[in-house]
Amino acid sequence: MNALYSLIAVLVLVAVAILGVQALGLQLFFGGILPYFAFAVFLAGVVFRIQRWARAPVPFRIPTTCGQQYSLPWIKSSYLDNPHTTTGVIGRMLLEILFFRSLFRNTRAGVEPGLKRVVYSPSLWMWIAALAFHWGMAILLFRHLRFFLEPVPQVVSAVIWADGFFQVGVPVFYITTFAFLLGLFYLLLRRLFIPQIRYISLPNDFFPLFLLLGIGTTGFLMRHVVKTDVVGIKEMMQGLVGFHPLVSEGVHYLFYTHIFLVCVLLVYIPFSKIMHMGGVFLSPTRNLANNNRMKRHVNPWNYPVKVHTYPEYEDHFRNKMKEAGIPVEKD
Amino acid sequence: MATPKPDQMEYYKHDDMWAVDFLPPSTGWMETPVNFRPGSFIYPGKPKHLEYLGIPNPREWEVTADDWKLPDNWREIVLKTLRNRLERSRTLQVFMDVCVRCGACADKCHFFIGGGDPKNMPVLRAELLRSVYRGEFTTAGRLLGNLVGARKLTIDVIKEWFSYFFQCTECRRCSVYCPYGIDTAELTMLGRELLLELGITVNWIIEPVSNCYRTGNHLGILPHGLKDTLEFFAEDIEEITGIAIEPPINKKGAEILFVTPSGDFLADPGTFTCMGYMMLFHELGLDYTWSTYASEGGNFGLFTSAEMMKRLNAKIYAEAKRLGVKWILGGECGHMWRVLHQYMDTMNGPADFLEVPRSPVTGTVFENARSTKMVHITEFTADLIQHGKLKFDPSRNDKLRVTFHDSCNPARGMGLFEEPRQIIKSVCNNFFEMPENTIREQTFCCGGGAGLGTDENMEMRLRGGLPRGNAVKYVQDKFDVNTLACVCAIDRATLQTVCDYWAPGVEVTGVHEMLANALVMKGEQKRTLNLRMEPIGDDE
Amino acid sequence: MFYDAGKIFTGLAIFLVGATFPFWYAMAAGKTAYKPEPVFPTSTSQCVESTEQMIAGHMEILDDWRNEVVRRSDREPIEINGTAYPKSLSRGCGNCHADQTQFCDRCHEYAGVSPYCWECHVEGD
Repeated sequence: MNALYSLIAVLVLVAVAILGVQALGLQLFFGGILPYFAFAVFLAGVVFRIQRWARAPVPFRIPTTCGQQYSLPWIKSSYLDNPHTTTGVIGRMLLEILFFRSLFRNTRAGVEPGLKRVVYSPSLWMWIAALAFHWGMAILLFRHLRFFLEPVPQVVSAVIWADGFFQVGVPVFYITTFAFLLGLFYLLLRRLFIPQIRYISLPNDFFPLFLLLGIGTTGFLMRHVVKTDVVGIKEMMQGLVGFHPLVSEGVHYLFYTHIFLVCVLLVYIPFSKIMHMGGVFLSPTRNLANNNRMKRHVNPWNYPVKVHTYPEYEDHFRNKMKEAGIPVEKD
Repeated sequence: MATPKPDQMEYYKHDDMWAVDFLPPSTGWMETPVNFRPGSFIYPGKPKHLEYLGIPNPREWEVTADDWKLPDNWREIVLKTLRNRLERSRTLQVFMDVCVRCGACADKCHFFIGGGDPKNMPVLRAELLRSVYRGEFTTAGRLLGNLVGARKLTIDVIKEWFSYFFQCTECRRCSVYCPYGIDTAELTMLGRELLLELGITVNWIIEPVSNCYRTGNHLGILPHGLKDTLEFFAEDIEEITGIAIEPPINKKGAEILFVTPSGDFLADPGTFTCMGYMMLFHELGLDYTWSTYASEGGNFGLFTSAEMMKRLNAKIYAEAKRLGVKWILGGECGHMWRVLHQYMDTMNGPADFLEVPRSPVTGTVFENARSTKMVHITEFTADLIQHGKLKFDPSRNDKLRVTFHDSCNPARGMGLFEEPRQIIKSVCNNFFEMPENTIREQTFCCGGGAGLGTDENMEMRLRGGLPRGNAVKYVQDKFDVNTLACVCAIDRATLQTVCDYWAPGVEVTGVHEMLANALVMKGEQKRTLNLRMEPIGDDE
Repeated sequence: MFYDAGKIFTGLAIFLVGATFPFWYAMAAGKTAYKPEPVFPTSTSQCVESTEQMIAGHMEILDDWRNEVVRRSDREPIEINGTAYPKSLSRGCGNCHADQTQFCDRCHEYAGVSPYCWECHVEGD
């Protein structure tokens, strides 16, 4: 049900774009006005969310330690999984952000009632799919710079060349197109077919998946199936970045659909779980060194509390203590 | 034979316990009400303890009753507290905002593996709170409700929170696997803190807290009682070793204050571990002292609220200051070390009246504790062993075939892995590791941590203990393991039940109990009995 | 009042600069009004397909030709309105579009496309 709501929402968005362009002739709105609005909301929204996180302190230093601590000289400490230095923390964060270290640990617990045992096996499909999807998207976004930058920088051309290295098809298929789409598709399938994951999935878990699939599919169709005037598209993108939006005649409506879905995504990001892209940097179980006993962590709102003081305690138990021969402060 | 009751393990048939249904119910989780069945929840906190501690709304109430006797403005109280906690903690905000519900955590929780209840998937446990956060505090949640997983705070939500935040042992295993490091322990603590504002807590936690506040330890042992206990241990030690030990108590000017969980004073097998400490310190001629005021290392305040944790923990530094010791040594305990390692210095520090810990025996300076000034006993002992300061006869432990249970908090809140292993390997000849997915940072909880280790909660303890118990069973079958060593007082109290049920025949022991049995002491008589008064050798 | 402001806002600044990079680049390069102007042949206004179809799909036509000629030895020229066009980049297209740099490269460079046609076909061959 949750998946269906989200799918319908994305299909409605696609229909809005197609109708808007084909029936109402709103090319300039979809291609030249809405993107500014979406981009502005995206930037402002992300800044707002991050600054709100920045307003609250991290009261305690609570790293999750995933390896041997730094203690005695002859015991080798786990420098990256249980870092006690800033360099170690940077290493841990890089592994986490670039390679999804924690997801790489994933196991599957299989309960076998017949044999009366629990078996744990590595389970890396989600890690592979997540890497494919995220890295695919990162490189694919970078590739898109060819539409936004004039002249096209060498490094962008080089990435485009490398991504199409296998020279399959005309125009060539990019490796990252498939990584992105297949990764996404796997993430969708597991939400649909693993009962526990389906149970925890909300409409707002399916919506971004369908939205990204929609963006990927329209992009794929534009490049490999319908073909359209790439030069015209670049002229429009140049118009956007140069603040003189324009419409190139003869650009296929799939392009407007593509860019409309991207706009929706940009507006959606700051208000959704996709903010994990910023949040992952701020998780205190990962971004703090396990140097708790070496360096005091200060909690700015640490307030005095009511304690049972020693004098109160002794007043309470003095006679018993004296009888038992336990030293006391006051006789 | 009397019919077993839900608080006895005999009540639960193995085949039923293994027949876990992992398929979620047909109703969505927001529509599925909680099921309070005997054996799966803990009794409410008694009003006298709440009153003594100044906790709001002390009253008699029943978990299974419809009316939990909450104040009229309960909703306002909870939302106000939640808002306040979020405002003062980025940690909580990030954990509320960034979860993508990937489900990597789902089958990492021992309660889920052993019970299959979807709300014991860490992600859903956190969603119990997040849904209210969204529904009450975010625009999207207020507008779109269910579509974005938002809901309003109702009495049923409060009951659900009570059920599932007291079915989490704050073990942090899920946090190891989470790509964003979301720590369910933090959210469970928050949930319990919110409930506490309504006077909702369990007696198994709040009574020890109240005891600890008054007497200095969870068990409510009075100063003279503690002295008797230690002297009683000394008598046993003398019988076994022929060596007379006089435990120093509240001794001003001692070099080291020693603090250990009070469970070690009262219940076997913790008592044997306590005797182990006494023998070790005597053999070293250590200038140390016990304290009756700070006679508790454990801290059930951690399972109550951040403020309560601080109120109880404050005694340790206060007592160290009063006695004028140089540094503090801490015994084998799990959550105690979470508090000491990650919270104490921040809450009650700086301990600038103490010195950087230095072993008087080896001269080793414990650089890793230079701010907090508190050292873990296994760090201290591993250092002694490394420097050859102790003489062992490991063959005295030859009847033991040992495996080691990494306790959750020293494992995932500290990284204490090799120190206890170095000791174990030095004091016994037969050591075997459990499967790698069940030890070190992947270790499984005993099922009774975070204040859930009471018989009232037997079903959940056994279910939660399944992954650990099954791993013990594995090494029992494969290597004839008969001893489960650990460095945690809650483990020593609860793992025996887990072993009796899932791996019968395995006994739980503390690391320093094993050490003391193997320790060759100056002037000792020939040892024929171990600390449990059982014969060491095969003869007889 | 912000906590860890230095680290967080540095990170945020890097993000903002990265996200808005195309705008800065456009300002610096000043070429957003630039449009590629391929030089069209003056001898004829007729190609194998309409201009629109050639703009979007010329690469497919060339690909088909290559497959027919190289893989199936089918060198039969295309005949449109009585004119025969050899299925060849150099000898077919090149007859009218004589200068690669004046025609092909103008749009290819603009769109950041580097087709591998000329890895085999030397210009003027």
